[in-house]
Amino acid sequence: MIDIAGIIIICVGVAFDLFGCIGLIRLPDVYNRLQAATKCVTLGTCGIMFGIFVLSGFNSLGIKSLICIPFILLTSPTAAHALARGAYIFGVRLWDKSRMDEYKANK
Amino acid sequence: MIILLVILIISCFLCLYRAGKGPTVPDRMVAIDILGILAVGVCAILGYILNLHFFIDIALAWIFIGFIGTIALAKYLEGRSLND
Repeated sequence: MIDIAGIIIICVGVAFDLFGCIGLIRLPDVYNRLQAATKCVTLGTCGIMFGIFVLSGFNSLGIKSLICIPFILLTSPTAAHALARGAYIFGVRLWDKSRMDEYKANK
Repeated sequence: MIILLVILIISCFLCLYRAGKGPTVPDRMVAIDILGILAVGVCAILGYILNLHFFIDIALAWIFIGFIGTIALAKYLEGRSLND
């Protein structure tokens, strides 16, 4: 029973990863790609780690995969924020159908 | 489990496609960052399938290496601009 639950959690995580990568291919702009890929892949990899913990229990593999989850949740949005700010200052234009530019308005 | 691993590796190749094709430099950097996080998942599933527990240590190190590399590249991007 608990094996089936773990495999279902890993399946959800892998589906999030795949959709994030499809978004990385399909979307038109750096910022759109960053938004889709970072959110989906962070949640998907955390799902994979939690599924590995559920499957393997309290041995070294399970505990270390449980430790990985807060580190991914802390580091991935920070890296995405730094990349978005760097891309804006580097001079990458927004997509020509984008309506708002709040960073430019607030500066 | 093997099917899930194959789907993850297909996602890695999608990221490599964007890293090769991407029109600007930040596109490639986003793709490499995402590729690092995907590789963590690949390491975890591979360690569970093969029952080798040191693969999760590789994953735990890869998170920090990817984070520090992305922060350094983002700072490098902020330093020089296309406008001036």
